[in-house]
Amino acid sequence: MAKEKKTAVVRSQERLGDDIFSMWIQPGEVSQARAGQFISVYSKDGSRLLPRPISICETDPGAGQLRMVYRVVGEGTREFSAYKAGDEISILGPLGNGFPDVEDHRRAFLIGGGIGIPPMLELAKGLRCEKQIILGYRDQVFMDQEFGPYGQVFVATEDGSAGTKGNVLDAIEEHGLEADIIMACGPAPMLRALKQYARDKAVECYLSLEERMACGIGACLACVCRTKDVDPHSNVHNARVCKDGPVFRAEEVEL
Amino acid sequence: MKTAVSIAGVELKNPVMTASGTFGSGQEYGEFVDLNLLGAVVTKGVSNVPWPGNPAPRIAETYGGMINAIGLQNPGIDVFVKRDIPYLKQFDTKIVVNVCGKTTEDYVEVVERLGDEPVDLLEINISCPNVKEGGIAFGQDPKAVEAITREVKRHARQPVIMKLSPNVTDITETARAAEAGGADALSLINTLTGMKIDITKRTFAVANKTGGLSGPAIKPVAVRMVYQTAQAVDLPIIGMGGIMTAEDALEFILAGAAAVSVGTANFHDPGATVKIEKGIRKYMDAWGVEDIKELVGAVR
Repeated sequence: MAKEKKTAVVRSQERLGDDIFSMWIQPGEVSQARAGQFISVYSKDGSRLLPRPISICETDPGAGQLRMVYRVVGEGTREFSAYKAGDEISILGPLGNGFPDVEDHRRAFLIGGGIGIPPMLELAKGLRCEKQIILGYRDQVFMDQEFGPYGQVFVATEDGSAGTKGNVLDAIEEHGLEADIIMACGPAPMLRALKQYARDKAVECYLSLEERMACGIGACLACVCRTKDVDPHSNVHNARVCKDGPVFRAEEVEL
Repeated sequence: MKTAVSIAGVELKNPVMTASGTFGSGQEYGEFVDLNLLGAVVTKGVSNVPWPGNPAPRIAETYGGMINAIGLQNPGIDVFVKRDIPYLKQFDTKIVVNVCGKTTEDYVEVVERLGDEPVDLLEINISCPNVKEGGIAFGQDPKAVEAITREVKRHARQPVIMKLSPNVTDITETARAAEAGGADALSLINTLTGMKIDITKRTFAVANKTGGLSGPAIKPVAVRMVYQTAQAVDLPIIGMGGIMTAEDALEFILAGAAAVSVGTANFHDPGATVKIEKGIRKYMDAWGVEDIKELVGAVR
């Protein structure tokens, strides 16, 4: 019962690309988050009732701050992008399960596609195993430099303007990369391809899914994904992305 | 100050309830609100067998509201009875179980299963716009409303609330039909059928094409229907439709609702229900209202 919607203070806001923004906020205790978790961010405009689920990009527990990097896709995120240092922002979270721990001796692919890249930064910071970080973009590259300290970084762009021309799997092939565990977040076609890749290579794989959400806490059943087996909570072949996910083992979900 | 209200002989400590489908079976919200402070928890609709619901995307935000087409996904009565009722029994609040089905027999089966359970009230959903069979098909024809009400009443051990659809020409006709069938109370309104088009993808914003519109956008329609129904029937009314604040709740009560349900507001703030309950007491205090019953239907 201790959880509640609360007000955080915007510490900084920076534009990383045409429609990509990075905001540090200071919510206090919320800065204790697991990589892969998200926060619900609420609009100040009463005509927009539903929170926007935004992944946690990075936390700074010492300063009690967390960072979200998000894409402006509509009026709600446009409103957030106009916030300045010192403004208040209404949030709930952290929510969802996050990525699992990985043993130090393993070799991991951390794969991000587009706006699925930001949550991989907190994961890259936290994992101590060998990491190969593969980032896929349509055209404009962002955040790639920030991953440098945490592992080898490979970039793919659809238009070929940077790194491998093509997608993240093309980059994996071009560089002859191998791993025994995959963690990924990105658009559905990328996740589908990675699920297939992981199956072919018999590699353990975790995918962070995205779906339109209403409550964000597992009650409304808006953000479901299809599951291979009957889900223990729903008792049907559906899991809740917000509560049971957003991170799922690849073989558990139908994409 | 007296905030207790009575629905078909069941006393609620206050008039604030949750709207079915927005609050699960209370468990998820239990982390955010003290369920002991609510008049009643109304559960997500439950059917005789598990229902998978509709494909995603199931929701879309609209101006001052949202469209949903969840499709009454639920784990079925067996899991519900084993897991959800015991959870809610831990709290000092009334339990209202929302019942859905595709046929009259489906509804009756669930109602009979609940007969021996510690459930205070049954809310019969004959107004869901998002399922092909059952749901709204029962709720738009007064004869069908009367027939299913009568059949449910014949098998129910708890008082029966019929949840009415606003997607009708005259809500007083279906309200009177439910009364004639023996309903003990009425809930209104369910969502208004709506549609949103995604102009970028040139497709429907929810996979079901249509969905139920809820939120403050529908509140004036809901208040009007509660008022009309209160004039037409002699049953207690649970009013709902876009209640975000205590002021909204009070509009419904003054229009004739004995209690109110908070739905979409839970998505905007998981703590909405208890804030609304507190706000109602604040209003009563400010205006010197001794008993909330003085407010019910006070505007004529």
